[in-house]
Amino acid sequence: MKGMSIIVKKVTQLLSGIIFLYGIYIITHGHLTPGGGFAGGAIIAGAYILLILAFGSDTIKLKNIEKGSSLTESLAIFIVLLLAVLAFFLGSKIFFANYLPKGQLGEIISAGVIPLYNIFIGIEVAAAIITIFLALIIFKEEITK
Amino acid sequence: MIVYILCFILFLVGLYGLITRRNLIKIVISLSIMEFSVFLFLVIIGYIDSGIAPIVDLKETNQIYVDPLPQAMVLTAIVIGLATTAMLLAIAIRLYRKYKTFDIREINNLRG
Amino acid sequence: MELTLSILIGFMIIGAIFAIHAKDLLSAVISVGIVGYSLVIVFLLLKAPDLAIVQIVIETITLIIMVAVVLDSTREELKIKNDFKSFTNITLSIIFAAVLLFFFVQATADLNSFGQHSLRMADAYVTGAAEKTGSINLVTGILFDFRAYDTLGEVTILFAAALGVLTILRIKGKK
Repeated sequence: MKGMSIIVKKVTQLLSGIIFLYGIYIITHGHLTPGGGFAGGAIIAGAYILLILAFGSDTIKLKNIEKGSSLTESLAIFIVLLLAVLAFFLGSKIFFANYLPKGQLGEIISAGVIPLYNIFIGIEVAAAIITIFLALIIFKEEITK
Repeated sequence: MIVYILCFILFLVGLYGLITRRNLIKIVISLSIMEFSVFLFLVIIGYIDSGIAPIVDLKETNQIYVDPLPQAMVLTAIVIGLATTAMLLAIAIRLYRKYKTFDIREINNLRG
Repeated sequence: MELTLSILIGFMIIGAIFAIHAKDLLSAVISVGIVGYSLVIVFLLLKAPDLAIVQIVIETITLIIMVAVVLDSTREELKIKNDFKSFTNITLSIIFAAVLLFFFVQATADLNSFGQHSLRMADAYVTGAAEKTGSINLVTGILFDFRAYDTLGEVTILFAAALGVLTILRIKGKK
């Protein structure tokens, strides 16, 4: 897959960082404002897809990104399960119990484990969508070779 | 009441496409239309006229919020919808590479 | 409110009908975008900002994937023959749709009318839920505390779908 023209590349360079930051904001404020892991993860995946579409395979090795994203996806879902199992050993003996202190309502560091779940589920969603998108591109190039 | 019926008509349009079209891409499109209509119906059920969005107002206590439970369920369903659509499209493109057509009748005939 | 919603859903129905009848696959895929993006506006009107954010992003990504697939393969729609059998088919399907609509109206007769939903079932999720979970966004509280099993299943489905796409599309095996 070839990259696009230099105008698209330059605009993408400027914009993708901002989109990425917005995704991180949506994820970390998931328990205070609308949004959360699912929305933020999808926005981060959108930033990556923009980069991949603009630059193509001439500057980035797409195979390496695919390996990395599959690994990240597996690790993130593993950590979510680990956080849930940890509740058996800390505090009440319930799967998915909220064992960290709740803190003050409305503060950014509050709500116990919910922000942690938000962060790891965001990583999982982003990595899964990037993997699905890359699979459609990479294996097409295998045929044409 | 008219809103419920319009939702169901959207569902019927999707069902019509699913039954009559023979193109794999059109079938995927019809499935996603049916999905949209179900999301719409579930969220409309949870709406309350005087309610506000389900984010707690810490200063005002006696607020009425719209029902957050259908919203949470639809939130997961939207992401699942993306996953299933991507999987269906992957199967469709693999079949196209093998048979060079999206026509499901042709694909049936070439079985063997 | 109900009138605005009806007009928007009417637009969605027109977009859906056009998407199913389009001669070009690319324009069919783009007309599904009409349905998806109208859904975003409807979610905002129904006081569901979480859903609107998720839907607008997911719809964009779905459109990108669909356009990529259509541009990879072919844009032409198949030829549909109009023979005398199609008349009876259309009549039968209209009768079938009318019967389904009748049962739908019967089934929803017991529901409260639009905007009069009672919070009897969801009361435990709303009153005092912010103190129980610690999160003032009630939807996030339900997703990760009351109904965390649903979220776990959803993430597992996403994981399995990514694995499935990789497996289906890979041509050469790994060494």
